[in-house]
Amino acid sequence: MSMAKSPAPPRLAPQDAAQLHQTWSDPPGLVGWFSAINHKTISMRFMVTTFVFFVMGGLLALAIRTQLAQPDGKTVGPDMYNQLFTMHGSTMMFLFAVPVMQAVATYLVPLMIGARSVAFPRMNAFAYWIFTLGGIMLFIAFLVGSGPDAGWFAYVPLSLLQFSPGKRVDIWAQMITFTEMAGLMEAIVLITTILKMRAPGMTLNRMPLFVWTILATSFMVLFSMPAVMLASTALITDRLVGTQFYNPLKGGDALLWQHLFWFFGHPEVYMIFIPPLGFISTIIATFSRRPVVGYPAMVLAVIATAFLAFGLWVHHMFATNLPELGKTFFTAASLMIAIPTAIQIFCWIATLWTGRLDLRTPLLFVLAFFVILVIGGLTGLMLASVSLDTQLHDSFFVVAHLHYVLMGGAVFPLFGAFYYWFPKFTGRMLGETLGKWNFWLFFIGFNLTFFPMHVLGLQGMPRRVYTYPSEMGWGSLNFLATIGAFMMALSVLLFIVNVVHSRRRGAVAGDDPWGAGTLEWSVASPPPPANFEMVPVVHARDPLWSAQKLPSHVSGLANDYREILVTSVADADLDHRLWLPASSIWPFLTALATTVLFIGSVFTPWAVVWAMVPVAIGATFWFWPKKDIVEQRTGSERSPLEVES
Amino acid sequence: MRVRARALLGGLSWVPGVAAAVPLQDALHAYGIQAAHIGRLWNFTLGLCTLVFGAIFVAFLWALWRAPRGRAGETAPDMASLARPERRLHRAVGLATGIATLGLLLLLAADVFTSRALARLPLGNAVNIELIGHEWWWEARYHHADPARDFVTANELHIPVGRAVVVTLRSNDVIHTLWVPNLHGKRDMIPGRTSTLQLRADHAGTYRGQCAEFCGLEHAKMAMLVEAEPDAAYEAWAARQRQAAAPPATAQALRGRAIFETSNCASCHTVEGTAAHGKAAPDLTHLAGRTTLAAGILPNDGAHLAAWILDPQSHKQGVYMPATTIKPDDLQALVTYLGTLK
Repeated sequence: MSMAKSPAPPRLAPQDAAQLHQTWSDPPGLVGWFSAINHKTISMRFMVTTFVFFVMGGLLALAIRTQLAQPDGKTVGPDMYNQLFTMHGSTMMFLFAVPVMQAVATYLVPLMIGARSVAFPRMNAFAYWIFTLGGIMLFIAFLVGSGPDAGWFAYVPLSLLQFSPGKRVDIWAQMITFTEMAGLMEAIVLITTILKMRAPGMTLNRMPLFVWTILATSFMVLFSMPAVMLASTALITDRLVGTQFYNPLKGGDALLWQHLFWFFGHPEVYMIFIPPLGFISTIIATFSRRPVVGYPAMVLAVIATAFLAFGLWVHHMFATNLPELGKTFFTAASLMIAIPTAIQIFCWIATLWTGRLDLRTPLLFVLAFFVILVIGGLTGLMLASVSLDTQLHDSFFVVAHLHYVLMGGAVFPLFGAFYYWFPKFTGRMLGETLGKWNFWLFFIGFNLTFFPMHVLGLQGMPRRVYTYPSEMGWGSLNFLATIGAFMMALSVLLFIVNVVHSRRRGAVAGDDPWGAGTLEWSVASPPPPANFEMVPVVHARDPLWSAQKLPSHVSGLANDYREILVTSVADADLDHRLWLPASSIWPFLTALATTVLFIGSVFTPWAVVWAMVPVAIGATFWFWPKKDIVEQRTGSERSPLEVES
Repeated sequence: MRVRARALLGGLSWVPGVAAAVPLQDALHAYGIQAAHIGRLWNFTLGLCTLVFGAIFVAFLWALWRAPRGRAGETAPDMASLARPERRLHRAVGLATGIATLGLLLLLAADVFTSRALARLPLGNAVNIELIGHEWWWEARYHHADPARDFVTANELHIPVGRAVVVTLRSNDVIHTLWVPNLHGKRDMIPGRTSTLQLRADHAGTYRGQCAEFCGLEHAKMAMLVEAEPDAAYEAWAARQRQAAAPPATAQALRGRAIFETSNCASCHTVEGTAAHGKAAPDLTHLAGRTTLAAGILPNDGAHLAAWILDPQSHKQGVYMPATTIKPDDLQALVTYLGTLK
């Protein structure tokens, strides 16, 4: 049965639409480029930047694999190798995995909830600049030979000044400050957008599953990132200012670092994992031609996962001398968190079971999750046992596990999401044949790289070793893994070729090439600057798959200023109208000033004092109200008394 | 008592390198009771997880196979689920979730039982070793009820088969981890804290271990050997360890000892019975009784020892031992002397 065409939505008069377009556009030119705050513009930059970091992290991995391909490898020495794996882990975890999810979210969430923008668009832009400048700082440090080398987790006392002299670890710790500040700001933007800017009628019960995952993830960011910011700040002060938080000789504790870091670090991996659960729900629904089975169970599963994720962190510390009974509690919690994920997997299989399946590239990448993430989750259950973990911890078994869950759980669905939403971002379809080659190379290459590592771990190969002796017999499996890594690199290259080619020559997508159910497909591809000419009124989940009801749209929002609707938290009842600020270069300039503050403080504490001045100046100009705008806004207000009389 | 676990479901026998010639450093061949307990838990968990994976995989493939095909963008979406609740599907999901929960409870129980078994190693007549981690070597202090019978060694341990060994773990600098997988799981050595590992070898053999916590530049080259031997042989070894170095018999060895005592060697190394009492580096009193040098990375023979002394950095870059400027015949005498330290 083919799709019936729903009645065309009401449109603005052409001159009003043109004015709306102009109002929400960012200024042109070079200054305009730095002043841009449109959420889609910032998000595209953010997605490209995180993808660049992904590729750089991948190149670092290729260097690692080249060194480990044979015993007694001579490609790099121990110092460079330690920098390589530290940079690889730090890049992937801090500069790619969570930021890319926030980047995609800041593009899609407003469109999915019927909003014209994110909340706090200037802060959204600031967060992007801070993130990017922090990442650039890290890579410049690496390129000048001062790359951090104490691991992405930087355990003390190794990362203290006595054992890690120089500025390497300070740069790493300050990179954390940059990226966590950006992450926290993005979380605030997303939570506010989701709770206060949903289109009228989009009750929480009608919110797309992807938006739920972003809401849960953003709350997790708020609660977990302060722990790592605290930990890394204490590390910097121990190294630079003489505090003794982590020095056992002076009353500090080496395990304090591990508790603080993993209290963040465990939720971090769920922050990476939960948004892709939203991608999977969306793509399975569209490519099975039916809503996902069990919406309430799916929402509760996401929320349960987000909560439980905070109760697992000690499973990274099972080899320490913490009390055994306490460790067993964390075994129970680490096993228990499998239950909500299992519920989701079963609901998705039920959806596939009763759907009409379109096995094109977006779905293929999502289907890989069911093999790869499930294997990773099962090895996670093995690691959850304290006794088993004492053999498997810090061996290549864990390297295998973490890549199965992170790539199966996040990267594969992310590629599916790119194939799915590329038409919306650009107006063109990605090539399907190249997409299938991309997928299969990635899938086979991934398994070839990481499956042997389970065996290597059981065969006694520890992690973070720059080489190994030939008599251990680890050479063949390592060589296989390296071949797989190069296959994956080739696959990513194919993806890049597909993107570059399809930008100009891909099939024209139209508004809704997939016949999908969520609101972003009701606008043009790519969407106009204001997203919706008229804000829709929502009457059901999957609005585009549901019968149209009246009222269908909101009319009367201003076209000559950036006016948005603010609605209530639970039921999205109309609350008030709000004017969002104009594009501005001050977020960028303030981000530059903040960068000077952060980088300077690695070299002298006085930087915090002196660099505060330009930061304060930037922030002042950022927030300074413009007289004519204030007058315009006040003039547009209507008091209830006025209306009644 | 047969405690050797079988490395079965890992299916490793086909993997090249898992043969008798490879140094023993793997978790799937248990030569001690603790590793055997963990090995049993591994087999159980692997079996259960493989079953679960199989079930999910079959359900998944079956769903893909049986569902009719459609085309996104053309096939109309099926919204029947909004009108009629899908009770059968919900029940199926509920049942699967219930089975999954039971499986998880089984895993929890298995883990708790294994933890209990590990904690119940009989400790009578145990050997006590205090192991201190350094960047990048292992200091071992054997403690006896009678302190006069204590002795110090480095990098290669001997333990008696069939007797418990209580290893007290500390660190001199950064976090290290003791891991001898054929005998037991690993335990961290954290500065400022003391942890304990209790194990027992039940088969004679030489087991290799490696530091398993990233500890800096040469983390990859911090290995150790554990020689498990019958009790009588162990006691004989311990008795030799307690003795100071025998006075050298030949003129060349005597000259070598003089060189050792008067050059930089003595500022870091100890040889009991000589003037060398340095504490910063491995105890060399019985160096010639060891199989390897430099924490398990070089064979202990004259040529390698000479090369190591001349330029440790070329074998283990970043190690704290500096290069030694020494004339070839002095080096020969020194190596000869060190060769007498059995």
